Amino acid sequence: MKFDTPATNNPIDQLKIVGKPVDRIDGPRKTTGTAPYAYERHDVAPNQAYGYVLGSGIAKGRVTAMDTAAARAAPGVVAIVTTLDMPRLEKGAMNTAWLFGGPDIQHYHQVIAVVVAETFEQARDATAMIRVSYAREPGRFDLAAEAPNAQLAAADSGEGSGAAHEERTGDFEGAFAQAPVTLDATYTTPDESHAMMEPHSSIAAWEGDKLTVWTSNQMIAWGKRDLAKTLGIPAENVRLDSPYVGGGFGGKLFLRADAVLAALGARAARRPVKLALTRPLVANNTTHRPATIQRVRIGAERDGRITAIAHESTSGDLPDGKPETAVSQTKLLYAGANRLTAMRLAVLDLPEGNAMRAPGEAPGLMVIEIAMDEMAEKLGMDPVEFRIVNDTQVDPEHPQRPFSQRQLIQCLRQGAERFGWSRRNATPGRRREGNWLVGMGVAAGFRNNLVMKSGARVRLDGSGGVTVETDMTDIGTGSYTVIAQTAAEMMGVALEKVTVRLGDSSFPVSAGSGGQWGGNSSTAGVYAACVKLREAVAQRLGFNSAEAEFTDGQVRAGNRSAPLGQAAGADGLVAEDHIEYGDLGERFQQSTFAGHFVEVAVDVATGETRVRRMLAVCAAGRILNPKSARSQVIGAMTMGVGAALMEELAVDKRHGFFVNHDLAGYEVPVHADIPHQEVIFLDEVDPISSPMKAKGVGELGLCGVGAAIANAMYNATGVRLRDYPMTLDKMIDRLPEVA
Amino acid sequence: MSKVSLRVNGEVRNLELDTRTTLLDALREHLQLTGSKKGCDHGQCGACTVMVEGRRIYSCLTLAVMHEGDAVTTIEGLGQPGNLHPMQAAFVKHDGYQCGYCTPGQICASVAMLEEIKAGVPSHATADLTAPSQLTAEEIRERMSGNICRCGAYSNIVDAITEVAGRPA
Ligand code: FES
Ligand code: FES
Repeated sequence: MKFDTPATNNPIDQLKIVGKPVDRIDGPRKTTGTAPYAYERHDVAPNQAYGYVLGSGIAKGRVTAMDTAAARAAPGVVAIVTTLDMPRLEKGAMNTAWLFGGPDIQHYHQVIAVVVAETFEQARDATAMIRVSYAREPGRFDLAAEAPNAQLAAADSGEGSGAAHEERTGDFEGAFAQAPVTLDATYTTPDESHAMMEPHSSIAAWEGDKLTVWTSNQMIAWGKRDLAKTLGIPAENVRLDSPYVGGGFGGKLFLRADAVLAALGARAARRPVKLALTRPLVANNTTHRPATIQRVRIGAERDGRITAIAHESTSGDLPDGKPETAVSQTKLLYAGANRLTAMRLAVLDLPEGNAMRAPGEAPGLMVIEIAMDEMAEKLGMDPVEFRIVNDTQVDPEHPQRPFSQRQLIQCLRQGAERFGWSRRNATPGRRREGNWLVGMGVAAGFRNNLVMKSGARVRLDGSGGVTVETDMTDIGTGSYTVIAQTAAEMMGVALEKVTVRLGDSSFPVSAGSGGQWGGNSSTAGVYAACVKLREAVAQRLGFNSAEAEFTDGQVRAGNRSAPLGQAAGADGLVAEDHIEYGDLGERFQQSTFAGHFVEVAVDVATGETRVRRMLAVCAAGRILNPKSARSQVIGAMTMGVGAALMEELAVDKRHGFFVNHDLAGYEVPVHADIPHQEVIFLDEVDPISSPMKAKGVGELGLCGVGAAIANAMYNATGVRLRDYPMTLDKMIDRLPEVA
Repeated sequence: MSKVSLRVNGEVRNLELDTRTTLLDALREHLQLTGSKKGCDHGQCGACTVMVEGRRIYSCLTLAVMHEGDAVTTIEGLGQPGNLHPMQAAFVKHDGYQCGYCTPGQICASVAMLEEIKAGVPSHATADLTAPSQLTAEEIRERMSGNICRCGAYSNIVDAITEVAGRPA
């Protein structure tokens, strides 16, 4: 099905099941521990051996020798594969860093060996017996030091954010020079780790030249293609299966070393091999959100109207890598006739920088939305009003191009009302409760909506049961449930009559989970397949498909009616289709919006910040399941607390690696850090986006939260911080004297 | 190798294990009870939380052979699909999870944690160490902070626990 004109009325609009806050259908399995994750598939292949991977101890240089004699002689060892055993493997289309093979080391903890043994303990111990000799070379590890050498670089994150190397509208410099009120400030965001709870894990089994990998991956079709390419085998010989994914956040978008090394280990051991990256490998072996240095300049009239806005970002990556697209949202978020965005990329020899939840917009909004707060203060305006004054209903760089829906003003106004914004004291540092300085902050949330081609197969059986198969993944996003809701609505059956099977590369290729496109796109694909199935059903029953109604397990047309299952016959009825998109995405700017409101308390003596209240008001098209969508938003808000207050991969600039590479050193929010969180979804349907009229919401909740917290901290203390994370050491010497 | 006998979810299980095998790996790899998760293997995340003799512990931080004769309760022992423990049902109702990977640990920890409050074990958030522990959201958050949820379901988890705790026993 091609979606190239705005959606009109369709069966989804009945909203009998879609749009309802139903419990997740995978809930009973997840809460009883019976949902099988990648490393847990004891049943799929007999005689599994254990793999354990060894990461490089240097960041740049060469492996000159590996002595594996002791390891090979260790008890239980079945096979050892080292990086010196083969030339460098071809790189997957989505990878920047090499995954394995050859002597050259590109980054710390690049995998250099896998040991396969009868037990986990044996594999681990034998790995420690490998003696590695290296020729170390100097590397570039310090973004600030390399920034002067950074080159202008265009990039598309592939996830909805992107920008040309430099984009200009009007005359920024001229307008900025003339503006009566200006801001010119530089901010930094650190490297961040996805730190999903399930480390990258795979079980690989060969049958002749056919390979099956039970893995944990967000994008099954990419993973299959890139694993085949990396191993140099035909894609049709590879099957991936990933029905449950223990978190991804972008860290499992691409093929990673776990799948490659499980496959190589299994080939060498001549039996199935299971392995997981150890927790310390997750930070340096895989990908991370790159650090940025961002400069923002804003010029405005005294009435608050922005006349000039510039956002420039510098980040680093390995050779052939990409910049973090942190300026992307600034192209679209606020009005202003004279505009400039630019991205610069420095070459660093740190691990691969790549997409993490809301790439581009997450760190970009952390910065631009502090700048907006600073500007509002200079103008003497309320920060909510300042944003509203600068709203735009069209793409400011291409004014003939409207937003499909844009309710940012409503998000901010409703949020302000609900949060009690009027009680905020505009002068910082004025609200004191005992030892606590209390403040409120606001930020706009913005995230582009991407639509992706997505396929599904739907099967009807004689009892009126419907089974959906698609290689879509559920990484905690609620895919199982919203897909079941879609199929139930379309086929007119109860939710319990729908079975959803996901994550198997033998199913039709879906949008996968990334860039907050998954929910809308994958259900639109299921919608397309169901439209076909409805036609097939009507035809079987001899009904006119245009007038057939599907309700309560019955099909009705005119005065005729038949049970849905009757159409299935003995063999069942199968339909397969995909959704693909015309040019609506070019004609209209599709984005999602939020107003984030936060109240913090900062200890006047220690600088400790506690988040007390959080509210997000979101406008993101039709909300397919308000319960799971709300969870996506609060989860993202929680990640935003981490980004604002604690998360930072600390770079060892001499040896070139992320030092705090585990969950003790890389701090993420815990229960005690997170208050009750409130989320409001505005009523919105967006017929431009898809037949579902939905948009993405999984990343919107992160976009802007960090700045709202930073702004609340400023309102509480009067101390303006511009470097994330906003830890107490950065403000303690600037806090008011304690009496 | 060493013999060890554990009472897992009420059933005696005799194992012969490498002495280096953690309780977590004994459960996941040898008994194939994969409900307990491995998030870090370092005692840093709580995904592996189980109850040993009624107390919650990180099963990755203890060796199986140290638990001769111990009663171990895992998520599988609390309830099954179709027969959910009240805490499991409350997690489903309040959407106290997303990817589900921290979830068995969160649930085992919550069940044991409520017993700790009942028994009057104080926490960092307890203002009066001699008074009975209060069932406040602050207490729950403090006591659950050894269980990380990167999906960020905390607000919903606290709602689920509060509902179960508020129910008459
Ligand atoms: S796996 Fe035991 S605490 Fe993380
Ligand atoms: S549900 Fe994913 S980590 Fe908690």
